[in-house]
Amino acid sequence: MLLTLSASGIAYPSFAQDAGTEAVSVADAPADAALSFDAALSALPEASYSDKESLLQQIAVSGHPQAGAVIRALLDGRLLATADGAIVIAAVDTDAATADTAAAPTLSVAATGAAAPAAPADSLKKIGTNNRLRKTLKGLVAQLSLADPDAAVRLAAVKEMVRTLDDTTVAALRAHRDTEADAKVQAAIDTGLALADLSSSDADTRLAAVQHVADDIGAEVYNGLLPLTQQNDDGSFAEPDARVRSAAAIALRHIESRRKLYGGVETLFFGLSLGSVLVLAAIGLAITFGVMGVINMAHGELIMLGAYTAYVMQQLMPQQIAMATMLSIPAAFVVSGLMGVAIERGIVRFLYGRPLETLLATFGLSLVLQQLVRSIFSPLNRSVQTPAFMSGSLTINDALSLTYNRLYIVVFMFIVFAALLALLKRTSLGLKVRAVSQNRAMARAMGVRTEWVDAATFGLGSGIAGVAGVALSQLTNVGPNLGQAYIIDSFMVVVFGGVGSLWGTLISGMSLGVVNKLLEPYAGAVMAKILVLVFLIMFIQKRPRGLFPQKGRAAEG
Amino acid sequence: MKQIGLLKHLSLTATAVAMMAFGAAAQAADTIKVGVLHSLSGTMAISETTLKDTVLMMIDEQNKKGGLLGKKLEPVVVDPASNWPLFAEKARELLAKDKVDVTFGCWTSVSRKSVLPVFEELNGLLFYPVQYEGEESSKNVFYTGAAPNQQAIPAVDYLMNDVKVKRWVLAGTDYVYPRTTNKILEAYLKSKGVKAEDIMINYTPFGHSDWQSIVSDIKKFGSAGKKTAVVSTINGDANVPFYKELGNQKISAEDIPVVAFSVGEEELAGLDTKPLVGHLAAWNYFMSIDKPVNKSAIGSWHQFIKNNKRTFNDPMEATVIGFNLWVKAVEKAKTTDVAKVSDAIIGLETPNLTGGTAKMLPNHHLTKPVFIGEIREDGQLDVVWQTKGEVAGDAWSDFLPGSKDIEADWVTLKCGNYNTKTKKCSGQNF
Repeated sequence: MLLTLSASGIAYPSFAQDAGTEAVSVADAPADAALSFDAALSALPEASYSDKESLLQQIAVSGHPQAGAVIRALLDGRLLATADGAIVIAAVDTDAATADTAAAPTLSVAATGAAAPAAPADSLKKIGTNNRLRKTLKGLVAQLSLADPDAAVRLAAVKEMVRTLDDTTVAALRAHRDTEADAKVQAAIDTGLALADLSSSDADTRLAAVQHVADDIGAEVYNGLLPLTQQNDDGSFAEPDARVRSAAAIALRHIESRRKLYGGVETLFFGLSLGSVLVLAAIGLAITFGVMGVINMAHGELIMLGAYTAYVMQQLMPQQIAMATMLSIPAAFVVSGLMGVAIERGIVRFLYGRPLETLLATFGLSLVLQQLVRSIFSPLNRSVQTPAFMSGSLTINDALSLTYNRLYIVVFMFIVFAALLALLKRTSLGLKVRAVSQNRAMARAMGVRTEWVDAATFGLGSGIAGVAGVALSQLTNVGPNLGQAYIIDSFMVVVFGGVGSLWGTLISGMSLGVVNKLLEPYAGAVMAKILVLVFLIMFIQKRPRGLFPQKGRAAEG
Repeated sequence: MKQIGLLKHLSLTATAVAMMAFGAAAQAADTIKVGVLHSLSGTMAISETTLKDTVLMMIDEQNKKGGLLGKKLEPVVVDPASNWPLFAEKARELLAKDKVDVTFGCWTSVSRKSVLPVFEELNGLLFYPVQYEGEESSKNVFYTGAAPNQQAIPAVDYLMNDVKVKRWVLAGTDYVYPRTTNKILEAYLKSKGVKAEDIMINYTPFGHSDWQSIVSDIKKFGSAGKKTAVVSTINGDANVPFYKELGNQKISAEDIPVVAFSVGEEELAGLDTKPLVGHLAAWNYFMSIDKPVNKSAIGSWHQFIKNNKRTFNDPMEATVIGFNLWVKAVEKAKTTDVAKVSDAIIGLETPNLTGGTAKMLPNHHLTKPVFIGEIREDGQLDVVWQTKGEVAGDAWSDFLPGSKDIEADWVTLKCGNYNTKTKKCSGQNF
């Protein structure tokens, strides 16, 4: 594939000159290419990491048709040595293949690309890489990927190359510039070339380069411009030309202000995502504690049960992680909901009106549930996998990218909240729940079976806790202590929001999340949490009923 | 009550049967008692239970060789339940009631600080097998884990010289070990000419899970054009969401490597290692080190625990070394008397499991090799760098203003806290 690259250099002689010796020498070399390729390849398995690096350079410049495949395979960990010393490429990741022991990976001979006889997975030895080697490989792959038909792959390749600009990459970029059809990729290449021009000896070239990159907010541009404005130790400027200097200063100010803006947006997003975790954890409690007035110390353990349900579902369907995670949402609702009904019927209903006893009994229950999980699943944390669509991040621009898992959880929280609100406001169950919570005796007189409503309400709150557990399993460790980490926060949110108010829970969770994240950069994670607690204590002194207190006779009574 | 009685009866019968089977007919009074003070429940149980099993394995092996000084070794296992004050109570129970001759125990620094006064008061003997922050040397304690100069400082040297790191993030959990280690590292980095603006220090609570803003800060800190690395003293399971967030925000090990002091094979065994591949860990032992002595140790561990999948890690190696040194010292002193064993053990050598030798120094610390490993996908670590020979453990860091004049020497100075400027021995600060 490098051949194509250098061929393009030859097709445009004016650029081939700029491209320097590297690209041309590749085109001159193919005479003994096959020999050096084979020799380098067969030396790979036994070589040390530093030897591997030079062997790979050799492979890369050999121009052999399999060179690209070998380099990509090595980066992905798919380049393997068989027991008899032959080198093969596995079609899929070997780890994924060994997990499914029945199917040995499909192999092809590295040197020719032809199909290789299948071999048992444990006889194959992966050719290892380390950080430095992977970095070299990424650079090589990026150069190879410039010829990829997919524009997105080319764009990623160009961005990778811009990050590590040197003569070789600049030459390759320059050679590729005019054959590039995609406007986005072209723009990225131009940025890279402009960055290279910043160190040009001609002041006008430098000025043009500064003006070209001024609209880009990437870290490479910022770091490229910064030295232009700095003074040396003797007071002279690193950049002799005043025009370039002032242009760079303006560009830097521009970048800084935009970065600040996006930084603010990012912090807000962090706050909202922390807030939605808090709301998810607390919203079930808002029902059991807020509506029913039961202090349920086992609420955290109901969240934990939901998280473990997600784990079990993934164990049941190891091939379809995404499906298992989606299905575990209703499953967790049922598991935690049933557990909630059992708690209400078995313990809480005997203790209505005795908050202290309820607190002690449910606290004891939380310890029992933790130990139960320890006995069944071991005290070690279980690893819940993240479905592919939830990992990575949504890149909006160079200064702002939002992680998908957090994004989905914010959305998920709003869905749960809306569903719960609809349930309470629009269904007959919701009507009965509200009636019982406002005036139990009157509701009973109207023919509402309050016992049944109590159990259903407690089950609903617990089920929502379970659903929250599924969401948390994507963010934090799933272990027996998961619930303890969230019980305090949950009570905090409900009390701050006003007992019995769902909207209050939403507002309070979100505002606590945002405040926490706003404080964090200044005060640190530990101090931010303390400050929020101190604020909360003072707030409760002033307004004991929280942000949105319940009104009416029942609340006052 | 009845049930407890029955259980007791049963276990007594079992012991009796076991003794008869041995044929040694050793009586209880004729055994050497070995205390095991590791949490078997609570948050630290995950880590400490394996150390209890390691001591039991060593005792078992020693007894198969015919015991020590003609006597059988008898383990006395107690459970301090990850509860720091309970550590002190259990230590007192071991020393005063069970009259153990030696104790292997503790993991967290706070548990060690909690038992220290008890061991000094009752003149016990404690072998402490975990890497720690230093700034301590007790007459009654032998530290077989790494001091900061045997883990943290070499790791920073590696990053500085081999990876050419110029900017540093010191991230840790908010308690004594990370705080002291980071203080030492900060002083060390500054002594090497690193500017204050190139060091970022961050502490998080135990079990922290919301890493998004911290990781984003690290990303911004690391995108200033200078090579950046994170030195992590983050402890426990907070590491999982931390590495996950690094992966999600697309920070790869090639760009910003994280070198961890508390993540080893045992911790990695419970994780999805995909987001961690390429990140670094610094220890004095790795399970993957290809040496015959290591293979045979892992083999006997698998045989003892009856599970071929179990990992072997650095604190376990430290326990093995500590046990072997104690056995040698007892054989040399021909008694288990604490004072005589403490004198005899200094200068003794025993092979470590990585092909070198561990020597007990006059400051009650060991000589240890230092390895930097890269995390592989299978949860093992590939050694990418190691010190040329063994590094002598230094109890009092040379880089902290308060401790650089302080020496620990139990042979000539007979003091664990001797100030070379004022020529005074201050004794232990608890």
